Amino acid sequence: MQIPIETITLPNGLRVVLSEDHATPIVAVNLWYHVGSANERAGRTGFAHLFEHMLFQGSAQVGANEHFELIQRAGGTLNGSTWLDRTNYYETLPSHQLALALWLEADRMARLLPAMTQEKLDTQRDVVKNERRWSVDNQPYGTWWERLPALCFPPEHPFHHSLIGSMEDLTEASLEDVAAFFRTYYTPDNAVLTIAGDFDPTEARQLVERHFGAIPRGTGRPALPDMSLPPTFGGRRRQVVEDAVVAPRVFLAFRIPPAGDQAWYAAYLLSAVLGSGEACRLETALVREQAIATSANAYTYDLTKGSDLLVVDVTARPGTDPTALEVAVEREIDRMIVEGVGEMERRRALALLETAWVTELQSAGSRADALSKFATYHDDPTLLNAELARYATVSADEATAFARRYLIAENRATLLFVPQATEVAA
Amino acid sequence: MSASLTGSLTGSLAGSLAGVPPRPQPGTPRPYHFPAVHRHTVPNGVKVLVVPMPRLPIVTAMVYVDAGANADPAGEEGLALLTASSLTEGIAGCEGTQLVERFEQLGTVASVWADWEGSYARLTVLKEKLAPALELLAEVLRAPTFPRREVERLRDQRLAGLEQQLAEPRGLADERFDAFLYAPSMRYARPVGGTPQTVPRLTRDGVAAFHARHYGPATTTLVLVGDLTPEAGVQLASTAFGGWAHAAVRGPAVHDTPATIARRVVLVEKPDAPQSELRVGHVGVPRLHPDYLAIVVMNGLLGGFFSSRINLNLREKHAFTYGASSSFDWRRAAGPFTVGTAVKTEVTGRALEEILKEIDAMRAAPPSASELALAADYLAGVFPLRFESTAAVAGTVAMAESLGVPENFYSTYRERVRALTADEVHAAARTHLHPDQLLVLAVGDTATVAPMLDEMGLGPVTRVAAEFDPTEAS
Repeated sequence: MQIPIETITLPNGLRVVLSEDHATPIVAVNLWYHVGSANERAGRTGFAHLFEHMLFQGSAQVGANEHFELIQRAGGTLNGSTWLDRTNYYETLPSHQLALALWLEADRMARLLPAMTQEKLDTQRDVVKNERRWSVDNQPYGTWWERLPALCFPPEHPFHHSLIGSMEDLTEASLEDVAAFFRTYYTPDNAVLTIAGDFDPTEARQLVERHFGAIPRGTGRPALPDMSLPPTFGGRRRQVVEDAVVAPRVFLAFRIPPAGDQAWYAAYLLSAVLGSGEACRLETALVREQAIATSANAYTYDLTKGSDLLVVDVTARPGTDPTALEVAVEREIDRMIVEGVGEMERRRALALLETAWVTELQSAGSRADALSKFATYHDDPTLLNAELARYATVSADEATAFARRYLIAENRATLLFVPQATEVAA
Repeated sequence: MSASLTGSLTGSLAGSLAGVPPRPQPGTPRPYHFPAVHRHTVPNGVKVLVVPMPRLPIVTAMVYVDAGANADPAGEEGLALLTASSLTEGIAGCEGTQLVERFEQLGTVASVWADWEGSYARLTVLKEKLAPALELLAEVLRAPTFPRREVERLRDQRLAGLEQQLAEPRGLADERFDAFLYAPSMRYARPVGGTPQTVPRLTRDGVAAFHARHYGPATTTLVLVGDLTPEAGVQLASTAFGGWAHAAVRGPAVHDTPATIARRVVLVEKPDAPQSELRVGHVGVPRLHPDYLAIVVMNGLLGGFFSSRINLNLREKHAFTYGASSSFDWRRAAGPFTVGTAVKTEVTGRALEEILKEIDAMRAAPPSASELALAADYLAGVFPLRFESTAAVAGTVAMAESLGVPENFYSTYRERVRALTADEVHAAARTHLHPDQLLVLAVGDTATVAPMLDEMGLGPVTRVAAEFDPTEAS
């Protein structure tokens, strides 16, 4: 399945991706800025995400929260999200409202700072602290997504520190930080703008040039430090965490080549054979046959810089001995190495992927986000149309060879959550 | 959303904005039509609803069986859900992983579940694999073998899931709110999936009996949405389901009596919780109530989306929370009306005050024209956005079938939402919001929160341990 893709680059460096589809009168606007928590300076963990909140607090021509109100009045939906190395902003709306979305995105890219005030920063700081309490501190296992990267990446590595940030660092964030971050990273030459859905390409190009054309290019973002790491952890890592939970849960992470590398597609296939769908190895062995787990999944983090992670994530039944869980999970990994990937397993994984792929691309917002992703990470949005075929190029033997190289004991990092007051061997 | 702030900004910056493009006007709206539903009944009684959406080469097949949690026998709450979950565990000659593998080799996963009204099986598959996938789906509905080992495993998993849910503040608040809201004899007082007391009572034979009683051609509707014609859909449905002969009965009528209509406060104790999970509300309104649309718009203004009163107040004005919202849960009988949020422990009392103020304000005066337009334009505008996928359309068509929503509802929705007046919305608030009947429930730290609740004087305060389930108290 191919979708139409057209790319333009404005003189100021803004890359624009257009993908027409007139099936329904809906258009999606999606902006990726190539900045995330990896770009934060020391002592400012969580700032990239706090900054994302500030982008909804108005700009020169837009009042506080008016961005939300105007899009919702237009009958649209919107949001933003922050990841380790990118931040995205997106809206989907009735197609005759395309100009409004572009005007709003351009006004905050060009003229955010006049609208920034101490009061808005203080409010959003508190909102984000509540987000942290809600999603991390008051949530069973909630700290896993800051503990796992901390365990897997060395302390000075840009992916090591917390994305949501520490309460202390959030408290320290200032308006000067907002201004500096904006000037450094929120520039047209550090962004990709994608429009997908029901629009007229000539009109869309004119609108983009009118609203974004005059925004000056940035002075160049500071390069991230060298993010390359040895191909494997080179030893076992293990952390045990007591938490307010009723059942043990283990995350077993492996260092793998970065997403986009040919070898990474073998890692994806392995993760699907192990933990995607219900007939996968982990679910069959741990949930069905041994009945010690309630859920068993495996996935890749999809990091494109330096290295990526393959993560096995298994939650035990309450009352399960945490060590027994750990042993059972590792036994399945060892079995994977010994037995290798079978052709039927490969076909099952690819068949599920193909259906999920087409299903996902039904949504204009998903198409736009995928195009922004390929343009940001690989500088070529047309890779989207070749992507599904790349997964299919991986043979069962290649996936087996990958398992034998990367799923080894010396490349395993274990994060084990246990109910409070549980004795576990360190 | 302060108008004065917008004004002062525009004023002070007017000079520096020369040459900057002004806010654009919208273009001409293009028409949108909810996709047409083609109805057919197979001679054995299975209803078939085909919705062509030929854009991409996929089809969603969704089966609705007219018996859900409402049909659970007393004391066996959770049976409908366990029955649905067990459908894909075995057919003649093919059990467990083998059966799941057959679906997945076709590139699809059959999701099976139950809600209050019905039991469901759904899959989305590439068009060229629809026929074998549909045959398999029909087989698991018609003749599941319910292997004892697998059914008992799913039951035990459900029990483990419940234990985990009740350890999470959010899950605990959701479940306890319903438990305190409805009279203990009401099915709605317990979750669809049952409670730690009822789930252990479920058996493989009970599951088989529920299936035999309720699953049959007369209670079954097949919804097919995607890249196919009505004729092809009917043909496929007849092949897969036409040979099914079995008498089955629908679920019973359902009731929605509250535990009490006096305002009261419940504190579920979670020592040292950094946040309080709050649920404030009362028994709401059945889905087929004539005021439905006015209530939807009224709730939209109150807490139905980001720019609503409660979210802007609690999040953007006071920074008490990451988010706050209100909702009516639409069911055949009256589901709950709930305001929900999680706030920093120290501001629990103040946050509750603001929630109560917003409920009162909604009743005190009609919304302004601008505010009404915000909600109506939002709801009417996002309507097409909700139906981009075959699965979303199938879900909506099946839901309409299960709740008895009239066929023309979706084709007239946008005009009717935009035609509502401020007085009609105000009347909906006065008629359907009941500040004097609120159940106020907090899951939070006793030492900090209990004194606040006592001092507010909202009504009698009951403190309970996290383990306490009022539906089990005699």
